[in-house]
Amino acid sequence: MTAPGSEIVALRNVGKTFDSGITALDDFTLHVRAGEFVSLLGPSGCGKSTALRIIAGLSAPSVGAVEWPDGAGKIGFVFQEPTLMPWADIAANVRLPLKLAHAGEAQARAAARQALEHVGLAEFATAFPRELSGGMKMRASIARALVTEPHLLLMDEPFAALDEITRFKLNNDLLGLWQALRRTVIFVTHSVFESVYLSQRIVVMTPRPGRVFADIAIPAPYPRDERFRTSADYAGYCRTVSEALGQAMGGAP
Amino acid sequence: MSERALRVGLPILVLVLVVLAWHTAVRVLAIPPYVLPGPGLVLTTLIADGGLLWHSLLVTLATTFEGFVLAAIGGIGLAVLFSQSRLVEYSLYPYAVILQVTPIVAIAPLLLIYLPQPLAVLACAWIVAFFPVLANTTLGLASVDHNLIALFELYKASRWQLLWNLKLPAALPQMLAGLRIAGGLSLIGAVVAEIAAGSAGAGSGLAYRIAESGYRLNIPRMFAALLLLSLAGIAIFFVLSAVSHLALRRWHESAVKRER
Repeated sequence: MTAPGSEIVALRNVGKTFDSGITALDDFTLHVRAGEFVSLLGPSGCGKSTALRIIAGLSAPSVGAVEWPDGAGKIGFVFQEPTLMPWADIAANVRLPLKLAHAGEAQARAAARQALEHVGLAEFATAFPRELSGGMKMRASIARALVTEPHLLLMDEPFAALDEITRFKLNNDLLGLWQALRRTVIFVTHSVFESVYLSQRIVVMTPRPGRVFADIAIPAPYPRDERFRTSADYAGYCRTVSEALGQAMGGAP
Repeated sequence: MSERALRVGLPILVLVLVVLAWHTAVRVLAIPPYVLPGPGLVLTTLIADGGLLWHSLLVTLATTFEGFVLAAIGGIGLAVLFSQSRLVEYSLYPYAVILQVTPIVAIAPLLLIYLPQPLAVLACAWIVAFFPVLANTTLGLASVDHNLIALFELYKASRWQLLWNLKLPAALPQMLAGLRIAGGLSLIGAVVAEIAAGSAGAGSGLAYRIAESGYRLNIPRMFAALLLLSLAGIAIFFVLSAVSHLALRRWHESAVKRER
């Protein structure tokens, strides 16, 4: 396990050009330290999801390299949609990563139960995905990402499709989980407000091709709660990040 | 009246009216039974020839069932093979289509020359029934959520795990739809082959009884056999629909009752 504070993964001068000729990433460099909560912020189409998929190994960089100083550890991935198997109940969905790794049945059940407890879905273990609300499905998806106890959690706009009330609730729950479990999180979003609320550090990206435009630290202490969301500090960080995003997109702030 | 009562009641009402009209027409116009037997005579014939027709029905149903099972195995097996290897798919799929679009009535006499009769009948049932299973299962296997495939890749699932835990369950609704069509088609295939064989003077299935009764102008028996055949078709449809419903009722939108 990587010691807190040391580098867990780095993208060095990564470029990605698709078969269609579109360049999603160009000379993209990112260092992530263990235990960190980093957001990739940018407009849609700026290659932030591509960067996440490259880190996950789901996509190969055209140029550049992905480096794991202490070896590639276990990764959890949360997609924009819940991406649950509709024919399997929630517990079976959460168990899936362990099943694919040929873990013992009893061990997998225990781990799934614990992951569901972490996200507050313990009593819905035998429900089917279609019986749950959008927010609950996303919780199940997060439980599945946590079940292997990954060192690195990659989240691709996981709350973009949810209503604001649910999104705020899940933001708080995610921060609670991050503080309790001390995993590294790389969080992709196009929301300035969400990225400021959640992250220690925000990487603002330019669109087409995706490059790092600014790397902004959000030094506000944790735990963050609704008081932080309505504080002057929060508004100030949001303004800074918003301006950076505006410049990244080529417009005047 | 409730929706359900209407759905069951109305078709029954139509049936009763049609049978009544049929009965009245035969009576009033004094149509002789060798032209058009009345419903009463068809029913008496069905009972009187019950033993013979029942035996024939079992022969036809056995062929249908065997054809269906082989179509299910062949269709699903080929679809899985196609999903594993694009080369195999490109090589064989056109021939599956050709087999499907060539009318079975035209193939049956040839098969009867080259194969022993029971085998030829079975082959006909298989040929017409396997394509919908193949086409539907292929579609189902190809329509899996791309993010779920990415998830399986992320957790380094083997080919076999991907097939067994993701692709096959995801394709189940389409597969069952294909099987439901195949059930009816394998009955049609069996009947076509029996008719073709019947004109060659052999066989004992229900369709052969129809052909034979036709030569003997035993029209009431033709009707009785026809009635049995369509009852068999309806039964096959309902059994396969029930199986499909049971398999999908917990999760697939097609089988889940909509809440209002």
